[in-house]
Amino acid sequence: MINIYEVNETNTMIEHENLDVRTITMGISLLDCADPDLGAVNEKIYAKITGMAKDLVATGQAIERDFGIPIVNKRISVTPIALVGASACKCPEDFVTIARTLDKAAGEVGVNFIGGYSALVSKGMTRAEKDLICSIPQALAQTERVCSSVNVGSTKCGLNMDAVELMGRIIKETAQATKERDSFGCTKLVVFCNAPDDNPFMAGAFHGVTEADGVINVGVSGPGVVKVALERARGKDFEVLCETIKKTAFKITRIGQLVAQEASKRLGVPFGIIDLSLAPTPAVGDSVAEILQEIGLERVGAPGTTAALAMLNDQVKKGGVMASSYVGGLSGAFIPVSEDQGMIDAVNAGALTLEKLEAMTCVCSVGLDMIAVPGDTPASSIAGIIADEAAIGMVNQKTTAVRLIPAVGKSVGDTVEFGGLLGFGPVMAVNPFSCERFVTRGGRIPAPIHSFKN
Amino acid sequence: MDKVIITVVGKDTVGIIAKVCTYLAETGVNILDISQTIVQDYFNMMMIADIAKATKPFEEISGGLETIGESIGVKVKCQREAIFTKMHRI
Repeated sequence: MINIYEVNETNTMIEHENLDVRTITMGISLLDCADPDLGAVNEKIYAKITGMAKDLVATGQAIERDFGIPIVNKRISVTPIALVGASACKCPEDFVTIARTLDKAAGEVGVNFIGGYSALVSKGMTRAEKDLICSIPQALAQTERVCSSVNVGSTKCGLNMDAVELMGRIIKETAQATKERDSFGCTKLVVFCNAPDDNPFMAGAFHGVTEADGVINVGVSGPGVVKVALERARGKDFEVLCETIKKTAFKITRIGQLVAQEASKRLGVPFGIIDLSLAPTPAVGDSVAEILQEIGLERVGAPGTTAALAMLNDQVKKGGVMASSYVGGLSGAFIPVSEDQGMIDAVNAGALTLEKLEAMTCVCSVGLDMIAVPGDTPASSIAGIIADEAAIGMVNQKTTAVRLIPAVGKSVGDTVEFGGLLGFGPVMAVNPFSCERFVTRGGRIPAPIHSFKN
Repeated sequence: MDKVIITVVGKDTVGIIAKVCTYLAETGVNILDISQTIVQDYFNMMMIADIAKATKPFEEISGGLETIGESIGVKVKCQREAIFTKMHRI
């Protein structure tokens, strides 16, 4: 039988170490909403989302009450809209109407974000996909809850450099379209390489075409719990360090598994995956950077950071994999800058640069995330950064992503403020030398040799 | 059996267990196990209880216990057992 010490350990994690379930994300297929008539598409999408997800928030709250564990977000991901709207939408403005419908449906069911305003263009773009991408700045400026993502490359297909170059410009336009709010629109836009079909985390969540009609995916969290556990292992060798991380990751993931199973059962929607990610928040004590410091770095960005992060990421996976029957999504440590107080401090102290963050993305999940850069950064430089990050993903057969905010009117040393879970952050310097001739060549970078496994 | 874990944490004072147990008895909740410790003057108690035959639903019991806790200045939490067994048992 469970004893008082085990009960206290769990409740201490929840009450003092920021243990929570970060998100229950319901994936909803909108493939059956396609129609040549734009009005009909919008109606079908609204009806399907509000029908399938009507009990999502209430169920999440009931699970929170039953187990005494906070579930921070309830969210929805949908089929990439470039596919759903392809036959109805004749221009970017048509796609924006769908964005508004998604926003309205999300508001109706009470979720804070809906992901899937997306296009998967790793090899080429259809006319509809190009229109959707061109509509992103307006879609994100005119909505509150809609999140957008574009997959521009994969290990199997290589990099679509036309899409990379276009996304450089789209990010700039999105920043411009939301300049009154520190270019807030860019916080809801992710550019991927090797995007997973089942990621529950925003802004990059979408419901892949390989998925069933509906699915429940859960993202766990808990950097604070890992940090406190490591405080007890201070001064011990790597074996003890790794064991501590693994055991803690196991415990955190088990909570995610429980919540996912309960949500799936109560909503009558199949369970998909648990995303084993250490997802920080701007709250003190809920930081991946602090874990790295506890491991032995004075500041994140110091020599040794990449190795420490590689170890952390691997141990989180090893501990988490056994705790869940299905693991998927991004699964690893997130290293967003504006959402992690320790990262912000490291940037302000001059310890952490964009280049070091790029190196860190080689060994952990996701990529250059929530990084504010000067508003006058050229679109070609942003495209160059996307290309670099996508190349890392393509060659290393992993997911990488870019979520940069070229904050209009801001320069290095200024701060941008997004509020809530998105946090705030210092504007970071970008290498001033040009890559314009490189990113505007046009065409594709071929898939790497090791992708030919057949 | 429908097991819940009730925890009480707070400054030690007379009648904590009595108040909680009276409420549980009135609600038809069967207590299966009680353990308690005092850590640095802080009262720390855990009960394993069965609410299968309770006269009120889980949410009401949980809310009722919270209110009692507030009235005597301690924190009372009621959680379903699965969160603990999932985390601590393979």
